[in-house]
Amino acid sequence: MRILYFAWLRERIGKSSEELDPPPGVDTPRALIAWLRTQGPGYANAFSDEKPVRCAIDQEFQPLDAPLGSPKEIGFFPPVTGG
Amino acid sequence: MRLVAVQEQDFDAGALLARLSGAGTGGLASFIGIVRQAPDGGLKALCLEYYPGMTEKALERLADEAEARWALTGCIIIHRVGRLEPGQNIVFTAAASAHRGNALAATAYLIDQLKTRAPFWKAEEMQDGTTSWVDAREADDATAAAWNTPASPENLP
Repeated sequence: MRILYFAWLRERIGKSSEELDPPPGVDTPRALIAWLRTQGPGYANAFSDEKPVRCAIDQEFQPLDAPLGSPKEIGFFPPVTGG
Repeated sequence: MRLVAVQEQDFDAGALLARLSGAGTGGLASFIGIVRQAPDGGLKALCLEYYPGMTEKALERLADEAEARWALTGCIIIHRVGRLEPGQNIVFTAAASAHRGNALAATAYLIDQLKTRAPFWKAEEMQDGTTSWVDAREADDATAAAWNTPASPENLP
């Protein structure tokens, strides 16, 4: 699946998107975050605290405990600050 | 008439309102958001990031909701992205209807909802060379949620 990072998550991870195949058992965005944390210091830093992390599955806002399914795209970002 | 756009370039509010006025329009309302200078004059620029694809869809949905809730003859949402300096336009929402009430309510709804439901992120570039991401405001969540209470304005005469 394609994973996208925005704002300070993008900065800490050092990339705006990547194609990743998480292992079986990663069935929610929260579980995906836990796995991503093991992928390097940038990820560990970006996801050290889940509280300010929001996500979208296939471009729809979803809670971190939503079923992941088999999305084409998942985005991680802080709370939005437009307008 | 419906126009939703995410763009780097500035917008011309007068020209947009002229386009929004159409058959059956009796009132036009609009809101323009402007990059505000910090009280100490320390802000150099805002850098706006968005989620291409998702952001446009989120804005279209807000326009759908406004059109479903109020009798409108049209609406516009334009949000700028990229680097914007104090005093520059950042966002435009507008609505047209037969009478003022629906246009005013829909315009406010669009900007209130946009603040909490459209994926944009602001970073502040300061005169002292530091850059920091803007935190979301709880007050914005409360303002957006207030539109779901029974007291909020519905279709008006």
